[in-house]
Amino acid sequence: MLQVDSLVLTVTDPDSGQATEILHGNSFTLGSGEALGLVGESGSGKSMTLKCILGIEPSSARVEGSIELDGTDLLGSGGEELRRIRANDLALISQNPHGSLNPVLPVGRFLIEGMSDARSLPAAQARTRAAELLRQVGIDDAERVLRSYPHQLSGGMLQRVVIAGAMSGDPKLLLADEPTTALDVTTQAEVVAILDEKRREHGLSMIYVTHDLDLAAAICDRLAVMKDGEILEIGTPEEIRDRPKTEYTRALMSARPQLYPDGVPQQAPGTGPLTNTEDRA
Amino acid sequence: MTSQKPASEPGTGTRSQNTIAVQLLRKHRGDVPVSGWRLLRRRLGPVGVGSLIVIALVVLMAILAPIIAPYDPYAGAVTARHEAWSLAHPLGTDQSGRDILSRIIWGARTSLIGPTIVMIVTAVLATLLALTAVWFGGKVDAFISRILDILFAFPNMLLAILAVAIFGPSILTASLALAIGFVPYSARVIRSVALRERNLPYVASARLQGISGFLITVRHILPNVRTQILTGMTINFGYAMIELAALSFLGLGVQPPTPDWGLMVSNGQASLQQGFWEQSIFAGLAIVITVAAFGYVGEQLGGRRAAGRIR
Amino acid sequence: MTETSPAQSATRGDAASIIEVEHLERTFHLSRTASVTALDDVSCALRAGTCLAVVGESGSGKSTLARVIVGLETADAGEVRIAGTPVRPTTSRRALHERAKLVQMVFQDPQGSLNRSLPVAATINEMLQAHRPDLDRAGRRARLLELFAEVGLTERHADAKPEALSGGQKQRVAIARALAAEPEVLVLDEAVSALDVSVQAQVLDLLKRLRSEHGLSYLFITHDLSVVRDIADDVVVMRTGRIIERGTVSDILDRPTDPYTRLLLASAPRPGWKPRRGLRDALSGGADRKS
Repeated sequence: MLQVDSLVLTVTDPDSGQATEILHGNSFTLGSGEALGLVGESGSGKSMTLKCILGIEPSSARVEGSIELDGTDLLGSGGEELRRIRANDLALISQNPHGSLNPVLPVGRFLIEGMSDARSLPAAQARTRAAELLRQVGIDDAERVLRSYPHQLSGGMLQRVVIAGAMSGDPKLLLADEPTTALDVTTQAEVVAILDEKRREHGLSMIYVTHDLDLAAAICDRLAVMKDGEILEIGTPEEIRDRPKTEYTRALMSARPQLYPDGVPQQAPGTGPLTNTEDRA
Repeated sequence: MTSQKPASEPGTGTRSQNTIAVQLLRKHRGDVPVSGWRLLRRRLGPVGVGSLIVIALVVLMAILAPIIAPYDPYAGAVTARHEAWSLAHPLGTDQSGRDILSRIIWGARTSLIGPTIVMIVTAVLATLLALTAVWFGGKVDAFISRILDILFAFPNMLLAILAVAIFGPSILTASLALAIGFVPYSARVIRSVALRERNLPYVASARLQGISGFLITVRHILPNVRTQILTGMTINFGYAMIELAALSFLGLGVQPPTPDWGLMVSNGQASLQQGFWEQSIFAGLAIVITVAAFGYVGEQLGGRRAAGRIR
Repeated sequence: MTETSPAQSATRGDAASIIEVEHLERTFHLSRTASVTALDDVSCALRAGTCLAVVGESGSGKSTLARVIVGLETADAGEVRIAGTPVRPTTSRRALHERAKLVQMVFQDPQGSLNRSLPVAATINEMLQAHRPDLDRAGRRARLLELFAEVGLTERHADAKPEALSGGQKQRVAIARALAAEPEVLVLDEAVSALDVSVQAQVLDLLKRLRSEHGLSYLFITHDLSVVRDIADDVVVMRTGRIIERGTVSDILDRPTDPYTRLLLASAPRPGWKPRRGLRDALSGGADRKS
């Protein structure tokens, strides 16, 4: 579905005119309904790769290679057409939900306007649909949230709203850029679970950018480990974990302290079926 | 790349190519300070650099006035009143037959001194008040903010006119009064930036070292708000020049026969009606060009927000 | 109390404690009507030479606890004692200097931890001037290089401005600055949370080495349970200003009893982990959904 071929990104310093290559000819493919995790430390180029797909790379940058979405080269010419494809077929969930939401409008407007533009629904119907979308991402008091302004909601709540918004446009490809990094760990678990569930329900493809290998492994079909602008290896989470091809991947995994270094104990919470272990609650 | 932390092996010191690229990107966005002339040039742009050259020329003109002015600015000839521009008098002569070019050149001195006083006095007072408010916080901050609010509500010109009414018209009185009127604008900007600095962990660290509040403020906070102070000074200079010119125009600032641009605009007013436009227009142009140059440089340095006022 | 385990008695306070925290209360008044209770009857203790992790999510009060302990914030009620000396608000130079030699702090944000206008050497020098009056200029430079060597930096880094250093290097400088006062306790407020995994591992190793070499004690504020397992001896879990569970690392991570601690553990990504909806409801009865 998505085919990225020898993607090279070069940035030029406006002062010295010196050009620096940030992405060194990366290639990967993404099947329909597949989730790919781009994993790496800061400066590895994982977010830049996403920006290239979205066409929001910095103005001083030059992108080479090809990015094909269902046969259309997103780097090709045809500005209006490409803009429309990007607007309709791609949905971004970024680290900071405030960037996606207008601070002076209730979040309901964000959801509804997106929808009525896309599918010309009558306003009342759109509102019902928006509330429905919010309920699907685990927001029970959807009516109240629809009326709330972004600053009145917690980060986890906002990120759910953004996810609901992303789903409402029926995109083909979901691009998630560290969507839970700014959230508390319990909120992260919930938001990631919702994202994972909704993505599977809608059969969406996803690229998930994160520094957290374990998190990516939990929700992605394949992982691409990136370092210094290069994809070092691509494989299933099991392949990466059990048979890492590069020294760097091995080091990356061993660097992270283990929560259960001696194996997960029987009574560790959240490992078994909920009903068995959580009776006391 | 949204992250601020380059990944490199500490101790090896060689930052990876990518990290440098990230730095470049951040620098491009203006996040990473680049020192010196290159930063200045990029911030200012070609128009800004031009403005800087204009400012330098005006200052040079003021300093070198005795050498470059073709005539004595005070010496007029009744026979030579209202002469049009000519080789002998490139900008013509005024109602007293004085050479307008020479008076503009000499006028640069008085026209620059007032704004300089305003600029410096405002910067010193605003910085003192802002840093005091920020360091002590709480009631001191509230008290200082209240005073600034009151001053803020008071039109600058009114303050200056009041001061002149009490102490008599002079460039010093007018400048000091204006400076006080300017303080709240600058102090607010400096306060907000200093407050942000004070809440950074390096200040907390310094407190934990047992360093006194005074030293922390002077050694740590002040250097980190200097951009805002300098920007404010540049912008204040331009505004002060206009307002002082207005005061001189009203007869409340510089007194005749001292050459001063604002005064010249005023003096030329009567002649203007008779069709002798040279004095008012050329003096006005001198003011506009200088003020625009200062304003542009200031805005480019710190943006409109740093100027603390939108007019 | 006779039956409590050593660790439990330790986190409640006894003779071998370097920091004792008793019944701290702190409420922040946001407006006339709204207020947030950051500390609600918090008592705990740090045993000398060990690492006590304070675990919690945002808004749990863990950072307020750290700031009250080092004296950056004052409590409404309760007492903090470091090496037996109560921490009280003071402007006395001597009292502040004495406290500086007991406790230093390392912050989360490597960027904001250093004054960006000063070369990092000047930052450390300021500390040495205050706490090592016996050293002359050359002596301070020598000590600075010694400190730098200890945290894995070289002379080349000393005269750099912070902007030229990576996040990990900045955090090393911050640790060197804290060590310059030769304190007994380091309070580390999410000190490795902003670092990349590989850098984080290096800084954790550095902290472990420093602890064994200098007999330092750590109060380690974090939200990251894996890091707790790596470095801590004892743990207190905080939530909305209260300590809800305390014990040794293995008590808390392997045999948690409080539903919230269990939720924290269940939410932490790890190899083989899968996210599941409704964990919060299942573990805490859904009583406290945050909106």
